[in-house]
Amino acid sequence: MTAYTATVTVRLKRGVLDPEAETTQRALERLGFELDDLRSADRFEIDLDAESAAAAEDRVDEMAERLLANPTIHDYEVEVADR
Amino acid sequence: MTVAVVQFGGSNCDRDSVRALSHLGIDAERVWYEDGLPADATGVMLPGGFSYGDYLRAGVMAARTPIVEEIRDAASEGVPVLGVCNGAQIGCEAGLTPGAFTINESARFQCERVHVRVENADTPWTRAYDEGAVLELPIAHGEGRFEADDDTYDRLVDEDRILLRYCDADGAVTDAANPNGSRGNVAGILGDRDTVAVMMPHPERATLPDLDGTDGAGVLRGFEAALATR
Repeated sequence: MTAYTATVTVRLKRGVLDPEAETTQRALERLGFELDDLRSADRFEIDLDAESAAAAEDRVDEMAERLLANPTIHDYEVEVADR
Repeated sequence: MTVAVVQFGGSNCDRDSVRALSHLGIDAERVWYEDGLPADATGVMLPGGFSYGDYLRAGVMAARTPIVEEIRDAASEGVPVLGVCNGAQIGCEAGLTPGAFTINESARFQCERVHVRVENADTPWTRAYDEGAVLELPIAHGEGRFEADDDTYDRLVDEDRILLRYCDADGAVTDAANPNGSRGNVAGILGDRDTVAVMMPHPERATLPDLDGTDGAGVLRGFEAALATR
């Protein structure tokens, strides 16, 4: 078994309205910053032991499918690194 | 008959729901989620509130509890299930109904009275109304914007599974009457069976005459209507 850290990034699908990001962008602009767009995402760092990086990715993929992301509105990506 | 009003940690409309149902002569009791669904439950209501503090996404934690598996089984056998507000978010997260309820377009919590139009009166939940009837109901939510992809939305429309849409006092479905940016002004939808429904407005807060308006009573009577047609 090897120790891994899997990073799951959950984002709204392109085209899905993100009112919090828009509010955040407006707040930055109010502070005088210039920017074209702002997107937000949730990031989960999961420590786990697995036989291989591929096995770790499979398990975390299922975590994202079943809980961390909602397929109706989200896309997600998983990255696995040695811990 | 006894409607199980399922209480999760953070539910806060469970007592109101029992009281409103009881007022209509519908036997109802609160059921703590860890105790499981009573075998004799003739209906299930998922009440409003903030289950699990809305952690991760509103409703998702409650949707992954074991009692929801029991509710899913009961629903597939025709037991009527109604999710209101946080209960609607739980219903969508559990896959009892398609789509998702997510952050309001305003990014604010909105607590106000709205109008909704009955889109399909041929369901247990809307049998008390005529199609096109305009109801005045309260909303109180931060994550009530209905989202669904094109295929899902088109299927809901084609299969007549849109239950309620936000409208103005005259029944016109307009952007101005859409409180939260919901796709198609959708306020409530049906599951695979018409005995399963979720909605963001609160019918139980518009049932007791003392609370100024009883337009929601007909929705709650769906628990009786669903059993009468089984």
